Amino acid sequence: MNPAVYGILFVVFAPVFGGLLAGVDRRVSARMQGRVGPPLLQPFYDVGKLFQKTTRQINPIAEPLLLAHVGYMAACGALLLGGTDLIFTAFIFALAALLLILAAGSANSPFSFTGAERELVVLLASEPFFILMMAAVCKVTGVSSFGAVLASTQLVAVQLPGVVLAFLLVATIKLRKSPFDISISHHPHQELVSGLTSDMSGRLLAYVELGHWYESALLCTFMVLLFNWSVPLGIAAFLVAYALEVLVDNATSRIKWQLLLRSTWVATFLLCGGNVLALFLLGR
Amino acid sequence: MSFFARSPWILHYDGSSCNGCDIEVLACLTPLYDVERFGVINTGNPKHADLLLVTGSVNERNIEIIQNLYRQMPDPKVVVAVGACACSGGIFARAYNIQGGIDKVIPVDVYVPGCAARPESIIDGVVSGIAALEEKRKKTA
Repeated sequence: MNPAVYGILFVVFAPVFGGLLAGVDRRVSARMQGRVGPPLLQPFYDVGKLFQKTTRQINPIAEPLLLAHVGYMAACGALLLGGTDLIFTAFIFALAALLLILAAGSANSPFSFTGAERELVVLLASEPFFILMMAAVCKVTGVSSFGAVLASTQLVAVQLPGVVLAFLLVATIKLRKSPFDISISHHPHQELVSGLTSDMSGRLLAYVELGHWYESALLCTFMVLLFNWSVPLGIAAFLVAYALEVLVDNATSRIKWQLLLRSTWVATFLLCGGNVLALFLLGR
Repeated sequence: MSFFARSPWILHYDGSSCNGCDIEVLACLTPLYDVERFGVINTGNPKHADLLLVTGSVNERNIEIIQNLYRQMPDPKVVVAVGACACSGGIFARAYNIQGGIDKVIPVDVYVPGCAARPESIIDGVVSGIAALEEKRKKTA
């Protein structure tokens, strides 16, 4: 099939995947806390309600920025599956995250602004990993598009175990899980009220949620790159990783941004960089 | 189709409550009652909330705060007064600094009696609040 078709399928089905994942997450989290939890489709009800609620705009620039955020997230996945260069998609991914920060910062309120500042730290912590990971995948397989990596006969994860471990750490940040949920959290009542989204209401908040669903699906496709033997294998690996993230989310408390930055950079450069260096030294 | 009944997000504000009702409100979130089963989230942010749950009466110092929280909530919105003090001022009604029930400063849609209000009756109040929310949505739509 034409790779462009996969790109279009991503744009259509990624929110369904991300929303269901969020629903399962909330249910599993509730079970871990001894509760029953909301229905599986709760995230879809929430977003549906947000679209029905009145939207109050603090700064009219926020809406186009958030729409662009969702658009770039969707485009990132579409380009990745459509066969664009892997490192290019990592940059689009960062751009999408940046648009969310701009939207939050535009509100000019202390809570939103602190949330936006912290999200910048989060971006600073996570972005080197994605670029390094894409470069490592290109190096190991010798190709630089999604389809070609999947067609490669060797399993990337075996060559890059350090990258897989670092991915687990960075995915915690991107999935907004504790202990790295410093800028925004799924759980209310953090010290920032709700950080990035403090001043977003109605459909603006719905866009943020939609963007996050795309982001979750995108992380899943990144995992498929590492477990490239088959797509179901990659998705299964992502679901196992996600289950671990939920466990960690429920078992840890939030850390300060300094520790977040330090731990992710150390993990990125030691695990990722060390892995790539070892491959060079072994002459592969 | 309306999604308000499936996803009512709550903002809880403590007026001058003795904390009895507050503890009961929080008890609704615990495993025994688990209101998240019905999609209820305790948001802590007026801009995300659909229902304002107020415990305790209004005093001279929090009039502005309650009005501000109410104004910050986007429509449609509903106010639920939880407990005797929030409904009428309760045993503090005639204290020198107490104005009375929440309805002295903002329109209240649902009154939940009790001292302290039981979690069952609070959940009942929220369910009545959802019905009021639905009515308001139909009016504005």
